[in-house]
Amino acid sequence: MNEHAKMDTAAKAVTGKDRYKSGVMEYRRMGYWVADYVPKDTDIIAMFRITPQDGVDPVEAAAAVAGESSTATWTVVWTDRLTASEKYRAKAYRVDPVPNAPGQYFAYIAYDLDLFEPGSISNLTASIIGNVFGFKPLKSLRLEDMRFPVAYVKTFQGPATGIVVERERLDKFGRPLLGATVKPKLGLSGRNYGRVVYEALKGGLDFTKDDENINSQPFMHWRERFLYCMEAVNRAQAATGEIKGTYLNITAATMEDMYERAEFAKELGSTIVMIDLVIGYTAIQSMAKWARRNDMILHLHRAGHGSYTRQKTHGISFRVIAKWMRLAGVDHIHAGTVVGKLEGDPNQTRGYYDICREDYNPLNLQHGIFFDQHWASLNKLMPVASGGIHAGQMHQLIHYLGEDCVLQFGGGTIGHPQGIQAGATANRVALEAMILARNEGRDYLAEGPKILADAAKTCLPLRQALDTWKDVTFDYASTDAPDFVPSVSVSN
Amino acid sequence: MRITQGAFSFLPDLTDKQIQAQVQYCLDKGWAVNFEYTDDPHPRNVYWEMWGMPMFDLKDAKGAMMELAECRKQHGDVYIRLSAFDSSHGWESVRLSFIVNRPAHEHGFKLARSEKSGRRIGYTTTSYATREPEGQRYK
Repeated sequence: MNEHAKMDTAAKAVTGKDRYKSGVMEYRRMGYWVADYVPKDTDIIAMFRITPQDGVDPVEAAAAVAGESSTATWTVVWTDRLTASEKYRAKAYRVDPVPNAPGQYFAYIAYDLDLFEPGSISNLTASIIGNVFGFKPLKSLRLEDMRFPVAYVKTFQGPATGIVVERERLDKFGRPLLGATVKPKLGLSGRNYGRVVYEALKGGLDFTKDDENINSQPFMHWRERFLYCMEAVNRAQAATGEIKGTYLNITAATMEDMYERAEFAKELGSTIVMIDLVIGYTAIQSMAKWARRNDMILHLHRAGHGSYTRQKTHGISFRVIAKWMRLAGVDHIHAGTVVGKLEGDPNQTRGYYDICREDYNPLNLQHGIFFDQHWASLNKLMPVASGGIHAGQMHQLIHYLGEDCVLQFGGGTIGHPQGIQAGATANRVALEAMILARNEGRDYLAEGPKILADAAKTCLPLRQALDTWKDVTFDYASTDAPDFVPSVSVSN
Repeated sequence: MRITQGAFSFLPDLTDKQIQAQVQYCLDKGWAVNFEYTDDPHPRNVYWEMWGMPMFDLKDAKGAMMELAECRKQHGDVYIRLSAFDSSHGWESVRLSFIVNRPAHEHGFKLARSEKSGRRIGYTTTSYATREPEGQRYK
């Protein structure tokens, strides 16, 4: 515990003329701490993990975050008195010590809806994360969760297509979709790249995918990639009688370039395009609107997120990014695998998946969900599991992730000893066998290895996949597990 | 070739016992099942012919299996699929769909290319079966 800091939860705001005397005043006394504030149904609420500098009162730190993310500056300004300033002040109203984490506090801050432009993630984030993360009285700061009122949710388009319509368009129901990222991710010519796409799709995958950094490089310019990929998609579609797709990455230097690539993808008959998170919130919302107008599924690769989501004490939790992206309107988002090579605590990941797919998220501290969240019938966002997964984990993947997701086996398809088609077939057979067993009421998690072994009796590629990757697991402690005490009850 | 539409096309053809278990899974979820058949398996042929209406009030999968047997008597030479419909708010669409009957020989698809400017190609997929008129395919 931070021994020097005392929590002055009883601090009261200075009122009347004294409030506006020139000079510096503690944030908690300027009205940014209101201990008895009851958030309105229409308030946006943010929950931060704050780590104050030694000797800084956590209540003052929370009030400072509230102040700096809404109306305050470092000194009193008389011009506040020209406004309904009490309404516009964000209000910190609750500060709890984080269980088992001395010196860290969960701070709850409520913001009036009028502080925000409707339907703009950029405007929202300019307030909530715009200024406060470099604030000196704090050692570190992390945005853990947000609650959006229905009135605000309804100002967003939401996912351009949504899970249900995506399934209808693709004619694929009742099982996760299967994908693979083309590897090696850099260096293939367009012609060779399309070969990988064709083999994987014909072998049984639903989708292939460009990687995040495949844009338009000397070894393969974007038009080459698009043309060869669509030849591969159409060939595979005719060979299987099944709808196929490939996420054509339209990420580029400017919006004009992105629109040009998106239009070309559309002209070639692609069902889906993709963008990277690094293009920025405004660009994402622009592409989401374009995707809705043009009947296109929009895949988002969360490139870059690990630089600010992974550490517990500083940055933004991925659950907040997931909420922003559902509002912003993408159709797919990478949300973790639990069992793969990338960071992902099972409980946290469950929380991310619920945020993407449910119409209502009840508070669930174990899953890292700090608020009840109504999504007001906003389309559902398809989570994508990608990174170090293979057919031998199928029972675990379905158990942890459910059926409304995309399972992406890149290495687990292309690295198959008998080639890419065999790798794709192994994954598809493993998936279908596991869904069949689950629906039959079998304890598929416990019996998973046996179900796979039985399916492999009539499928040599699956047998080879199971033998190749049988010992591959990525069992490391997570750096980002939820902090909660099960007995603590939290209401808003 | 083997058309791989539906949830279980990569497995050996399901036995009636396996189909019945899947139907019961759907019914236990509160979904209505029906059978649909077609002699035009184009991947974008959405509307296969309905074998009656979805069985909204059915509880026991045996009833559906009797319908499937009847459907096979008349349409056993073409494709039949099961579709399960979920009327829950927020879904209101198909939840599970898989092929339960196939023609003895699957003809596959022709991919026609029309060359356009700038190396672009327009693709058209056509089922070889649809060279014959409707009702006279797969005979």
